[in-house]
Amino acid sequence: MGPNKVNITLTRRRFIKSVIFSAAAASSGAGWYMASAASNPAGGVERLVSINVNGRVRRVDVLPQETLAHTLRYKLGLTGTKVACNRGECGACTVLIDDVNYYSCSTLTHNVKDRAVLTVEGLRAEDGTLHAVQAAFIQELSPACGFCTSGQVMSAVALLKANPKPTRQQAREAMSGNLCRCGAYDHYLNGVMRASGQLS
Amino acid sequence: MPSNDNMPEMSLYQPVQVEDAISLAGTLAERGWLVGGGQDTYGWIKDRAKRPEALIDLNGIESMRGISETADGIEIGALVTLTELANNALVKERYSLLSSAAGRVASPQIRNIGTLGGNVAQDVRCWYYRRGLNCYRAGGNLCYADTPEGQNREHALFGASRCVAVSPSDTAPALVALEAQMVIRNASGERVVAAEDFFIGPDVDIRHTTVLRAGDVLTAVRIPAKWANAEFYFEKVADRNVWDFALVSISAAMKVTNGTIEESRMVAGAVECTPRRLTSVEQAIQGRARNQETADAVASLASQGAKPLNYNHFKMPLMDNLVKRALTV
Repeated sequence: MGPNKVNITLTRRRFIKSVIFSAAAASSGAGWYMASAASNPAGGVERLVSINVNGRVRRVDVLPQETLAHTLRYKLGLTGTKVACNRGECGACTVLIDDVNYYSCSTLTHNVKDRAVLTVEGLRAEDGTLHAVQAAFIQELSPACGFCTSGQVMSAVALLKANPKPTRQQAREAMSGNLCRCGAYDHYLNGVMRASGQLS
Repeated sequence: MPSNDNMPEMSLYQPVQVEDAISLAGTLAERGWLVGGGQDTYGWIKDRAKRPEALIDLNGIESMRGISETADGIEIGALVTLTELANNALVKERYSLLSSAAGRVASPQIRNIGTLGGNVAQDVRCWYYRRGLNCYRAGGNLCYADTPEGQNREHALFGASRCVAVSPSDTAPALVALEAQMVIRNASGERVVAAEDFFIGPDVDIRHTTVLRAGDVLTAVRIPAKWANAEFYFEKVADRNVWDFALVSISAAMKVTNGTIEESRMVAGAVECTPRRLTSVEQAIQGRARNQETADAVASLASQGAKPLNYNHFKMPLMDNLVKRALTV
């Protein structure tokens, strides 16, 4: 059965599945994901994907070449993740994927399909309580202009998940992939040390 | 003018079997682009300096991950990230040279996604070339870096042939020092190439920095037991400790018995288009002690024969001093 003969009562999801199935069947068992023929005649990934962001699974139409930063900001409205250099050279776009920090400007959204993405929006508890890192950054007046802050927060969260009691030097190294043009590095480090309960 | 914030339209394949990746790489040939961590890739594409029609994302291929012991040493999948390499107990215990080098690449976030395969296969960082100018390496007929006004502080001291760009990789010199073997597969089978022969200069092929050609997939790197637990020294000098590529790096492996150096491999990074083996230093230190006296006697051999450009003379004493430190620290 070809995709042009699909029953009108089928859901969109089942329609797309049937397109994928027929494309895959025609490809003699190739091991890569085949695309819906309508959207991308050259083949490749399926554009409609599910991604898990901040604990919620979201269905998004993702272009093959789309970066995670783009998907988060312009498709899911999660503008807490900032894009500054867009070349993996500043850290403003840092997010967590399976608890490890990455530059979302330099990660393809198609690479996070089966993984859990955590952005700054996902840190706050349901009752509004800030994450320990956020609270500590406020107490230590860590941000100056604040543009790099969400990235700094995410790198600090990744560090504390892996190493809850880092030394100041370990924290400095772990935070080294995040630039701060105001030069508030020591204030951020104070915040990390406070969040880890090592500064009172 | 296109927005360089977004990547241009292209196809993406995500094979899960290495055979499928090889078949795709062969079919797409020059139109395709293999992606590991993508940290070298996305800049090229966002800047529109290179325009592949399709990306072949290798990340779904489990057989290219992991570090395992073999009969003669270890085998590292090409998709092993630099963070994994820097933290792996086996690598740290036996080949700390490689874990140190991997731990000094770029920034933590880049090491979390950047792969060993990508780090050795990455393209040169000459900014004229990166800017998309039609230089020799890009197929044109001039070099913008080697001109009276050319900004060539980061460029080559040795082996320039029209192009003066240097090898940007931190792990490449370490792999050459450890006599690593690169495992390459394509449609016609598998070949294994010594790391020393894997990297090629502009005199051999100005468009490529390695022997990898369209249709080839670097699947693994094998490190022989020969240098396990030898004495190692790695140091990278860069303008910033994070992100920046090496101005010069040194990777040294030495077998020291009863206080004398029996055998050694000294390899400098970022002074030539390939990792540069310092064979005259290796020969001069054989049979001598690893100490200050030896260091003072042999260090100047490192930069011998260098042909500095207008702004990179400083790399000559830097090379010599790194050799000194490798022999004394």
